[in-house]
Parts: sequence; structure tokens; C-alpha cells
Amino acid sequence: MRYAVIGGGPAGLYFALLAKKANPQDDVLVVERNPPGATFGWGVVFSEETLGALRDADYETYTEIGESFARWNAIDIHYRDTTVRSRGHVFTGISRQVLLNILQRRCFALGVRIQFERELRDLKELEGADLIIGADGINGLVRRTFGEFFKPQVAVHPTKYVWFGSDLQLDAFTFIFRRNGHGLFQVHAYPFDARTCTFIVECPEEAWRRAGLESASEAESIAYCEELFRPELQGRRLMSNRSLWGNFLTLRQESWHHGNVVLLGDAAHTAHFSIGSGTKLAMEDSIALVDALRRHRDLAAALNDYEMERQPVVERFQEAALESAGYFEHVSRYAAFDPRQFAFNLLTRSRRITYVNLTQRDPDLVRTVDSWFAAAAIGSADGAVRLSPPPMFAPLRLGGLTIPNRVAVAAGPNLETAARTGAGLLLTEFFSVTEDGRVTPETPVIDRARQDALRSAVERIHQAGSRVALQLGHAGRRGSMGPRSQGVDRPLRQGGWRLMAASPIAYTPHAALPKEMTTRDITHLVKVFAAAAQAAAGSWVDALELNFAHGYLLAGFISPLTNRRTDGYGGSLENRMRFPLEVLDAVRATWERPLLVRISASDWANGGVDLDESVSIAALLKAHGCDLVHVVMGQTVWESRPDYGRLFGVPASDRIRNEAGIPTLATGNITTADDVNTILAAGRADLCVLELPSAR
Amino acid sequence: MNIGVGLPTSTPESNGELLFDWARRADAGPFSSLGVVDRIAYQNYEPFTALAGAAAVTRRVRLATMVVIAPLRNTALLAKQAASLDSLSGGRLTLGLAVGARGEDYEAAQVQSRGRGRRFGEQLETLRDIWEEGKIGPTPKAPGPQLLVGGSSGEALARMARYADGYMHGGGPPRAFAGAAAKALAAWSDLGRPGRPVLWGMGYFALGNGAADAGAAYLRQYYAFTGPFAEKIAAGNLTSPGGIADFIRGYEDAGCDELVLFPTVSGIDQLDRLAEVIR
Repeated sequence: MRYAVIGGGPAGLYFALLAKKANPQDDVLVVERNPPGATFGWGVVFSEETLGALRDADYETYTEIGESFARWNAIDIHYRDTTVRSRGHVFTGISRQVLLNILQRRCFALGVRIQFERELRDLKELEGADLIIGADGINGLVRRTFGEFFKPQVAVHPTKYVWFGSDLQLDAFTFIFRRNGHGLFQVHAYPFDARTCTFIVECPEEAWRRAGLESASEAESIAYCEELFRPELQGRRLMSNRSLWGNFLTLRQESWHHGNVVLLGDAAHTAHFSIGSGTKLAMEDSIALVDALRRHRDLAAALNDYEMERQPVVERFQEAALESAGYFEHVSRYAAFDPRQFAFNLLTRSRRITYVNLTQRDPDLVRTVDSWFAAAAIGSADGAVRLSPPPMFAPLRLGGLTIPNRVAVAAGPNLETAARTGAGLLLTEFFSVTEDGRVTPETPVIDRARQDALRSAVERIHQAGSRVALQLGHAGRRGSMGPRSQGVDRPLRQGGWRLMAASPIAYTPHAALPKEMTTRDITHLVKVFAAAAQAAAGSWVDALELNFAHGYLLAGFISPLTNRRTDGYGGSLENRMRFPLEVLDAVRATWERPLLVRISASDWANGGVDLDESVSIAALLKAHGCDLVHVVMGQTVWESRPDYGRLFGVPASDRIRNEAGIPTLATGNITTADDVNTILAAGRADLCVLELPSAR
Repeated sequence: MNIGVGLPTSTPESNGELLFDWARRADAGPFSSLGVVDRIAYQNYEPFTALAGAAAVTRRVRLATMVVIAPLRNTALLAKQAASLDSLSGGRLTLGLAVGARGEDYEAAQVQSRGRGRRFGEQLETLRDIWEEGKIGPTPKAPGPQLLVGGSSGEALARMARYADGYMHGGGPPRAFAGAAAKALAAWSDLGRPGRPVLWGMGYFALGNGAADAGAAYLRQYYAFTGPFAEKIAAGNLTSPGGIADFIRGYEDAGCDELVLFPTVSGIDQLDRLAEVIR
């Protein structure tokens, strides 16, 4: 076999030496455009599992690499004049230069040919090679030549970042957050030998412009950053090495091979630097490719096998990297967090580390967070609760109400079944305020008879320790549907009732056309809601939840997709919110206990409510006396593009809670206690709907 | 978890004699269902026709379309075919529906591919009404044939949760099934459906000497429209008893209710070999 490797970075060199080692009679050529000593970037990080893979693949280089490593196990988070240290994370770092030297020496010893300072113009120059290995990065010749076959997708991250080195001596992976007049800047720094560290500065583009960094020279950028991080740098300096500001690019490709060409490392995929996985993934690619070539005689089968093995792994890291990058893009949202919660949120940002994982790594930190959380929950400022429950079992105070734990469940018609789950808060099924506001013939209407029946159930539930929120709504255009055991949103063909809505648009293709509500209808319904709230008060429920979500009547006013009105109730957000806020005001005037409002934070459809607008909606609700927003997603329109992934409603809850500044209840495929504890401790919600099959 | 087997309706050199022999033996063997695929522009037997034939020679197994490409068919006719097959087989039909992925089938049927998702949603909204109304008979026993929906997009999962009895996965390793099943459960709960969706999965196999290569060649050709992905599907073909056992265990762990294994080469020995593995 004749291999031609393009690019003499870690991936290319490691492939070359492993391939040559596996089959010494094979011809392995590495073509590198730079001279031997030239290297860009500073240090690279590895995890323990990568080290294990390197040990098994080539013990000689592993030993050398191991001797040159910096090892540490802490993460320091500098934030608001405090430093939180988290331990138990194993990292190793090495200078990129040293790593390349080790790999080059081993290549030469094994008989790999390396041609430095050779810039390829055309892949045809490598004619005669049986396999061409593109290890030439995201903008390399291989991708430029065969790009279309790999079906690439490139996402540009909005923040600006730059790689510096520093002679600052660190003993931890270090995050620094510093706000000045230009904006919030953050540093990702880690040691790679005893004297030097990588020092990456990242900031929003607006801050970068305001700071004049757009037109700054390398020296000016360094001066600016040295000044900004003077306290942490402790008089040490920043060093540049072609250090230019840029935007990170995440590259995903459907395929990593075409004919006799295959991609490795950054040429195949990239993952945001904030999880430090680039070199690790690249070298693991090399190992997998050599293994696959050894297993298969057929080249196509080998390349396919390589791709099948590596793609799922890389996708997992890319997902985590996207989550992590998103966290840093929006980190100013958390500027008011207590440092302990800020640290927990940072450490769990990529969703790969959860409450349980972090407890295994750093039980002390988690105990501190638990203790702070429990103390804050009961209003004790000093964090004096030492033996504390995990956040899920801390109480939640909402006005005068104390909910005994942070789990809510969606109850079916039988509340007492739901109470047996032990959830702190039971959300009742949908109660309609009128007969024609029902969703299905089975939907209960809140009236005096119902109130008495409810009261006895609520009394027993109180004795069992749970609290109850009664859900009030009007189905609007989503009413007159068949029972949900037979499917959802199937219009009743017989025995249906007349519908009304913001605008005359049917919910499904075959649903009845609703009547457009008149101003009189609106005024009347505001009174009906207030009366229903009074009726609910007699049922002894602990809280009221107004349903402004899921395409029902009030949601229909909020979304521009379903509100085409030209009067004062349509058009601008203020107008679209007018009727819902009138309802909220009228209910608030008569209801003294906690008041929840359920909203769809996104319509999951073009032209509809999105997360940005939902923050404004939540702010309006807060201003009108809502105590907590129950964040759900979609169902505004029949045809939308939902995302039912893990914890799908949590990002919206996070934004609303921390941008509109109101407590939230998060919903959306939350299935484990670990998820609940992670969400709560990280400050992404105050309550969680846990999916418990036994609740209904 | 139940285990069913695919009818060889799309593998090379299949014929009626093989199909009916296959169906008969499967009915007598350890299988709980017979599955068929649906294509237009391809050398395969039409799914309802093939299952009607199978219904005539079987007593016990469920008859499953995995899946019929609904938008290619007129809704009333589709409802009538399904009701007929369900009635003729004594209520044994599991009707799996989806939008399909191949443009050439839409071209061949002269149906616009654009907007197929919305039209599929309308069809789903109508199907049960037709079965319940009784104007277009035969009226199946309530609540009608078991209706499953496939597809991996959020739209598909929402349609599934709104109108179907469960989810039909399109194939892949157990981990892919587990991911899709979790989303199906989430969609079900999000839409406020009581209970849980039924979950069906599928896989491909080829057992015996020389079968692996022929099976891989068939899968490469059958999935050629996916481009480089066809290679991965071909590589996922189960070609050893151990591989099948692992696959079954993986699906069972992921909460699958019924796993249907499809042959990738024609030949009655394939059924016997599979029966031996799962017995």
C-alpha cells in the first residue's frame, strides 16, 4: 500500500506512524507545507480515556508524551471577585510543539517519509497513492477539491476569540469572567508545561467592536487583554503566535471519504474549543482508521467501517461542544448568580456532566451547592443548612405557599393517583371556564358541583403532603375534539359545539372554523375567567394556572400565526398580549394565592413566537402579577417543526428565568431525578415536570 | 418483545410461490408478524396485495406494512384497502404509514413530493373517521386496524402522537432505535395522549454461506438514493447468529414491542436459519 498523508499535524503524523508500524513494507508519505519547527497554537488537552487509547496504539510515543505532560485535576472559576475551585477532573496538557516533535521523531525512526515545505496545489501530484489521507484542516486542499462529496455544513459561531500563550503558571483549567465598559470577556486557560499556558480570550462581537479590537494590531490586542486580566495574570505577559481574532467554525460532514480519499481530524469535523477536544478527536480518528484498514482487505469497506465507528463519537462531542459554546455566548444572562450556582451551571453546561457525574468527581462542591440551594430555598442567607437534601427535595416558596419539593407532575382526571407519585405540585387537567371552551366532551368545566368534588380530593392530597395547581383555560379553536384516548385533535363529527378564536382559522384541515371574537366576547370572557377563579378559590386548590399555551384561546391571541386581527387586540406584541393580560389582571384581582401562567415559548414555526419574543411575553406576565411561568413548547399550530430531544423545553426555561427574571417550571422530556437536580442546581428552572408514567 | 419476519417482497428473484411458502412457515414458526415494504419505482410486490396473499395462507401472525407510503395513495382507497385486509385477515393488520424518502416513487406515481408531510397529516386525520363512519366499508372492528406512523423528524413524531397507536422505526442499530423511541414517548406525553405508544423496530439479515455479500449488494442498491449512507446500511446487515442475538437484546433493552427482521436475499432457507436463531 502507498499512503499519502496531507498535513503534518498530530492527526496526520499519528496516522503515518501507526500505518507504517502496522505494515513496515507500506510506503507512507507525509506532505507538510511548513518547515519542521513551525507550529501554530500553544498547548493541547487530553482526557484519561484518550491517554489509554494512545497507550494501546503506540507505547513508545505514549511514554514520551507522558513524560512531557502537565497534569492537573482542578477547574478554577474566577467570577465576581471570587474563585470557585472544583476538583476531581483529570486533565493532561502538552505543548503542541513538543507533541509534534515526538511524533516526527517516531515517524522518521519507523521510516515514514516527511516532505516539509511542500505546498500541494493539486491532488493529482499524489498520483500513484492507494489512499490519500486529508489531515489538512478545515480549509485544506482535500476539502477544497472534493467538498461537495462530503456534504459539509459549516456553522459560524457569533463570538470572537483569539489564542494567546502566557508564562502564567496555572495548576487548574481556568475560566475567568470579567466585565468592563465594553462588555463581558471570558478566558479559557490551561497549563501545558510547568511554565506556559494556553490563554484563549472570548467575547461577544459587540464588545469586541466597542473595545476597538476590530482594527487592533496583534500587539494592541495583547495590551488590551493584559490590562483587562491584570489581576489574574499577576504581572505575567501574553504571547502571540499568529494570534488573530476569529469566529469559531463548527464543521459537520455527512461523509468523510470519497473514492480513495479519506478525512481525519479538523478536515473531517470540528468541535468548539471550549470543550478542548480537537486534537483528542483527531488522534483517535487516526487510530480508528489504521485499525479499520487492518481489519478489511477491501478499501471501501475499511473507510466505511472507520466512518461508522467514529461518526457517532464525534457527533456526541459536537453536540456537547455546541451546548458549551451556546453557554459562553449567553453567559451574561447568569451575571447575577451566586458564585456557587454560577460554577455548577458552568460545569454542567454541555449536558455531558450532570449532578450525579459531578458528585462523583467533586462531592465537596456539590455538597456546597446543595447546602446553598437548600438555605436559599428557605430564605436563609448564610447557607447554614449543612446536611442538605439534593435540590429536587428542597422546598419552593411561592408567595405564601410552600411546595414541599421541586417536582411537578401533569395529573390526569384522578388527582389522587398523581398524588401517590410524591410530587410536590400536581398540575390538574385542563378545566374549562365555559361549556364551549372545552377541548373534548370529557373536559371538566369549573362550576359549583365540580368545586365541591375537587375540595374533598384536594383535602386528601394536602394530608398526603402535595400541593395542587388548578389549570384554567378556554380551548378556543382547538375545542370540540374527540376524546384523547382515540387520538389528539380529531374534530368531533357529531355533538360538537361552536368555536371562537382570535381569528377565523381552523386548527386542523378538517376542524370547524372558529368565529372571530368580538370586543364584547372578549370583555365577557374576561369576567368569566374572573368568576372561574372565584369558583376555584372555593375548591381549596393552592394555586391557579392560566393556560396561555398550546394553541388554545389565549395562545391564539399571542401568536401572530393565529391572530390576524386589525383591532387593538392584534398586530404588535402589546396588542396581541392585551386580552391575555386583561384576563391575568382580572384573575389577579380576585385570586390571592400563587398564580402560574403556562406559555408556549416557541411556536416551532416560521413567523410565530420564538424564544426572543417569549422572554418579552414572560416579562409582561411578571409585570402583571404572574408568580411563575410554566414553559412549554409548540402546539400553537397543527403544522410545526417540533424537537422532542432530551430536555427539549429546558433551554427556553433557562432563558425566560434568567432574562425575564421570573421563576419557571420546566417541561419537556425530563425523565430522571439526575436531570431534575442538574436543572435546578444550575438555575435553569425552579420546578420541573418529571415524566412519571404512574402520574396519569 | 415479539419478533416478526419480513416477507421477501423486494429481494431479487422472489416469486409468489416463495412468498406463500414463506408466509405459511412463518405462521407455523416462532414469528409473531410478517412485514412488507413499499416502493413504486422498484421490482417489488405491492404491499396490500402481498399481505392479502399471506392472509389467505396464515391464521395467526400479524400482517404489517412497514411502511406504506401514504401520500402516494388516494386516502379513501387506502382506507378501504386497509379495512379490507384487516377484515379478510380477522383483524390482523398493523398499518404502518409514512411519507417515504424517495423522490422517484413520487415521480412514478405522478404525485407532488412537495407538501407531502401536510397531505400525510390530512390523511391521518381522515383515516379513522372513514373507518368509524361506515360509508366506505368494510367497517373494521373498533377502533380499526392498528395504526403506526414512521419517520424521524419532529413533524413525523407529532403526527404519530396525534393520530397513531404507536411508532414504527425505520431501522438502524439499537442505539438509534432507543433515541427515536425516547423522542416518540416524549411526543406522546407532550401531546397529552394517555398511556404509551406501541414501538416497532426493524432490521435486516442474511444468514448462510455467500448470503452476506448478496445481502449487502441488495441493500446498497435498495438504498442507493441515500448516497454514501447506503454503505452504512449495508454494513449493518446482520450476518451471524451472534449478531442477530445482540441486535435482539439491544432492541428489547430499548423498549421495543415488536422487532421485524427482513431478509436481504430470497430463499426459504433464510427463514429456517432465522427461526433457528430466535428459537
